[in-house]
Amino acid sequence: MNRLQIKSSTLLSIGGSVAAVAVALLLGALVMSASGASPVEAYQALWDGAFVGRRSIAETLVYSAPLILGGLAFALSSRAGLFNIGIEGQLITGGFVAGLVGAWDLGLPGSVYVPLALASGALGGMVWGFIPGFLKAKTGAHEVITTIMLNYLAMRGITYLVLRRDDVLPVDPSFIATQKVVDAAKLPILLDRTRLHLGIIIAIVAALVLWYVLFHTRFGYNVRAVGLSKGASAYGGIKWGATVTIAMALAGGLAGLAGAGESLGLHGRHWATAPGYGFTAIAVGLVGRNHPLGVIFSGILFGALNAGGPSMQSADVSKEIVQLIQGFIILAIAALEVVNRLPAIRSRLARRSAAQKAGA
Amino acid sequence: MTTASRASAPAVEMRDVRVSFGPVIANDAVSFSVEPGEIHALLGENGAGKTTLMRVLAGLIQPDRGELRIDGSVVTIADPQAARRLGIGMVHQHFMLIPRFTVTENIILGNEGDGSVLDRQSAAREVRKLSEAYGLLIDPNEKVENLTVGLQQRVEILKALYHGSKILILDEPTALLTPQEIEDLYGILNRLKADGTTIIFITHKLKEVAAVSDRVTVIRRGKTVGERITAGTTGQELADLMVGRGVSLTVQRTPATPGRIILSARNVTAKPIHGHTELEIEKLDLRAGEILGVCGVEGNGQAELVEVLSGLRRVQSGVIEVNGKDMSHGDPNEYRAAGLSYIPEDRHHRGLVLDFPLWENVLLGNAQGEPFVHNGLINKRRTQAVTRNLMQEFDVRAPSPNTAARSLSGGNQQKLIIAREMFRDPDVLLAIQPTRGLDVGAIEFVHKELVRVRDAGKAVMLLSFDLDEVLDLSDRIVVMSGYRIAGEFVAGDVTRNQLGLLMGGRTSNESAAD
Amino acid sequence: MEDFFTLDLLTRILRVTTPLIFAALGGLICERSGVINIALEGLMLIGAFFAVAGTYWTGNVFAGLLIGMACAMVGALIHAVWSITFRGDQIVVGTAVNLIALGLTAFLVKAIWGAAGGSDRVHSLPKVGSMSILVPVAFALVPVVAFILFRTKQGLRLQACGEHPQAAVSAGIDITRYRYLAVLSSGLLAGLGGAYLSIGNLNYFTLDMTNGRGFIALAAVILGGWSPWGALAAALLFGAAEGVQVQGQSTPGFPISSDLMVAMPYIVTLIAITLFVKTRSGPAGLGTHATTS
Repeated sequence: MNRLQIKSSTLLSIGGSVAAVAVALLLGALVMSASGASPVEAYQALWDGAFVGRRSIAETLVYSAPLILGGLAFALSSRAGLFNIGIEGQLITGGFVAGLVGAWDLGLPGSVYVPLALASGALGGMVWGFIPGFLKAKTGAHEVITTIMLNYLAMRGITYLVLRRDDVLPVDPSFIATQKVVDAAKLPILLDRTRLHLGIIIAIVAALVLWYVLFHTRFGYNVRAVGLSKGASAYGGIKWGATVTIAMALAGGLAGLAGAGESLGLHGRHWATAPGYGFTAIAVGLVGRNHPLGVIFSGILFGALNAGGPSMQSADVSKEIVQLIQGFIILAIAALEVVNRLPAIRSRLARRSAAQKAGA
Repeated sequence: MTTASRASAPAVEMRDVRVSFGPVIANDAVSFSVEPGEIHALLGENGAGKTTLMRVLAGLIQPDRGELRIDGSVVTIADPQAARRLGIGMVHQHFMLIPRFTVTENIILGNEGDGSVLDRQSAAREVRKLSEAYGLLIDPNEKVENLTVGLQQRVEILKALYHGSKILILDEPTALLTPQEIEDLYGILNRLKADGTTIIFITHKLKEVAAVSDRVTVIRRGKTVGERITAGTTGQELADLMVGRGVSLTVQRTPATPGRIILSARNVTAKPIHGHTELEIEKLDLRAGEILGVCGVEGNGQAELVEVLSGLRRVQSGVIEVNGKDMSHGDPNEYRAAGLSYIPEDRHHRGLVLDFPLWENVLLGNAQGEPFVHNGLINKRRTQAVTRNLMQEFDVRAPSPNTAARSLSGGNQQKLIIAREMFRDPDVLLAIQPTRGLDVGAIEFVHKELVRVRDAGKAVMLLSFDLDEVLDLSDRIVVMSGYRIAGEFVAGDVTRNQLGLLMGGRTSNESAAD
Repeated sequence: MEDFFTLDLLTRILRVTTPLIFAALGGLICERSGVINIALEGLMLIGAFFAVAGTYWTGNVFAGLLIGMACAMVGALIHAVWSITFRGDQIVVGTAVNLIALGLTAFLVKAIWGAAGGSDRVHSLPKVGSMSILVPVAFALVPVVAFILFRTKQGLRLQACGEHPQAAVSAGIDITRYRYLAVLSSGLLAGLGGAYLSIGNLNYFTLDMTNGRGFIALAAVILGGWSPWGALAAALLFGAAEGVQVQGQSTPGFPISSDLMVAMPYIVTLIAITLFVKTRSGPAGLGTHATTS
């Protein structure tokens, strides 16, 4: 009986996400039709580009890796009750630090160098996540503003370092990037003749670890309690400030890992540009219902949209429609949340179903 | 003095009014009448339905049935504007003032005059004129956030007058005032009365009824139970009417055998949640095998007392000991480790994380270590098994430990909290309003449980705003008033009326003399 | 160094401050009514795009300007419906509007001009001297908004909606109407700011040409303590940093790295928000709804 109940609530939120995605795809189709293209052809091309053939699937997974990690970062902060718009900044900070460490050529073997470079990237993101968490806990400074500022600060700061400090850092001003990562620090390629690197494995492992931490450890319990009820968690002896700060730092670490994967696995260096994954990560987290396992699937979904997007060109639809669809998905999720949140309806429904089950 | 009856129609008349919120009936068969130009006190205990009734007059609540008459003619008051048009103004207990606005801006809001452009200067002049006319002296250009509570109340009263109110409702207007401010308020109300304003004064304090009102209507459990001319009644009679001779649920219990002191507080002071009166507890002891009842009107320091005794609120000075250990600066976890359990007053925002399943709610406050947590890892299976046993033992009706707490009825939620708090086998249990909002069956369960805990040799503190409950269950009773303990009694040695008078703010000596 | 402090620098600063002023004033009105608006970025982008598209379609730059503003208002309407009527999370909704703006403009650029990076060139708005006529308009709007907010009945009521929704309701104010109007105004002004970027300062649209200016404008609102003059000062601070940076790049031997200069506003905002969050907070009812019983 209890297994059934878990399933019914899980199914409900999966259903909600699927419905939101469906509505968004439908709206996307309307936009395409309005612009004179054929949505059926476009979606067919999108599907082919994302899932048909070895290379397509590899590309989908390549795009999925940073999105899953970013989505996990968003999910973790949200579980603690914070809206983390700073994933972009945390991600590029991680990517930059990992790129530097990878480019320094420390003469280490791969088995040491790769974990070291990844860890330093995660640490970079962690610092960038710690700052807004700490400020929130100490002064109440709203994380939305502080993280946006930190995004720009990261972007400008890295640009400065990359352009002007080639005297002390392994950077390449002519490329506006770090120098090439040495081979020993590169993430191994998983599939020959594709760009599929270790990043996707890291992302999935991170999701499983986060799932375990959130639902099977006291720390995860504290995070969720703090996010759901400040009053009850205080009553339960859980320290809000410390919990929020650590959660934000760890979220930054996940985002930093995403950036590190891009530098060490995909590009072989850190480009001082903003990939825009920070905002997509929000959508990934929302669609995945801020559940680490859900985030794996929504990350792959968004990875597929990004990987397959260019293929829609063949149906005269530009890949930018993907961003539009992402926006629609968030709107649809927000609209569903409204229905969900109406507490009267919800508790009445829940009580009725509980009563039915108790009676059964 | 106003005469009891006049030829003219009453200023306000409510006949057979009934108000309900879903299944809860807040007011029923209420009849209430106020003569023009009198100060009429509406007296009742906390939760008796005084405010709800007056919110009907202010257009904030629609009654299910009943008739409202203003100056003799039948009216419907659909919204606050309708009330305003009828000349009814209400000063809420929680002021409807915007701190960053000036006095004038707050007063004119919604009634700013013709044209789009504000004429602050002439508005301020008008406010000043009005304030001088009624002796409500105040600087019209001062920001409200810089005013004391007493002055903010003047702004609320001026606002009502500015909008042409002839009938002024004040909801517990003295709650946050200092004694001097209360005296000032009485003066203001008498001047307004002299000017022909009809005043309804909601209160639970007998002293205030005597000090300021011409007539008084008593309301108990949603119903009006009597109307008296203030000069022709006694505090005794009003206290009687207010608290009733309640038909109490009888709880089977044997006389207590108090043992050692388990929790003690000495000279404890703490900052208040609102306002500026500090909590000052000279001496409070909880003994093994005894239920200590704490009664009093809400907002007299009870919330602060509970937070202090459970580690949620910092102690300014003084000492709290649990089982002989100094806990004065302990946090909730340390209090729990020392043997304290606590049933909070607010199930939804303190006692439970509503979106957590039952088993995770059993973990709340129990996650510090064994048996549920080992090296920071939660033993889910064990927690669920314990939850299942607790559900059986405490008769929590829910499909499984995985059910969300939100979906349980109030009674089952409360049973779950009690089960969780008893699981630790505490030495002392703080039960705060443990039966609020529960049905009769659940109330009986909670009462029996409290007696059982006492009989098992634990110390129990029962804090309740329901005097009957305190009287039924307690072995010893303390009364809280004005953020202090106003009196302490052995249960059999005190009458309901004595307690009622103390709760109403009389001193111990006054109440003994009554 | 004497080449540095030139009239050029001043016009540069005024030019980069202008869009920030428009968007900040819009954000200010919106937040004063109690609705958080992180959609400013997207609304500016929509304004920028449709001002160009409108000019392209009609051949008239003023018609283009109006179309740009109107479309930004449509975007704002989405924000309003979701945030006010649906009572959705205002930050989530704002994020969605931003993504939609980014995607929609990029999609339409390709659909209309077939180019990936930006639009064709169109006419631009008339100039006074070397600056667009919208530059003086932006600065002139500051006292206008200040007047409306602080000297009119409607302004007082708008503030009441943001400060204490319950008090506003009890004073008989229709807060839903006021909040809708405020969000729509923010769309109009952010749209104007966006249009300035595309057909005021330049004469074409490029992808993501707002480049975070909506967020900066929001920071200016907060840094300026939710007052129009404060927002102007904060916008000028941001503008000056950017102007100095651009000027610094073209001035040989300029001592401070321009990339660091440009980071200053963000650092200033971070510090200011951290230090003043308690003394200088926004409207008390920001992000909340009135529960009318």
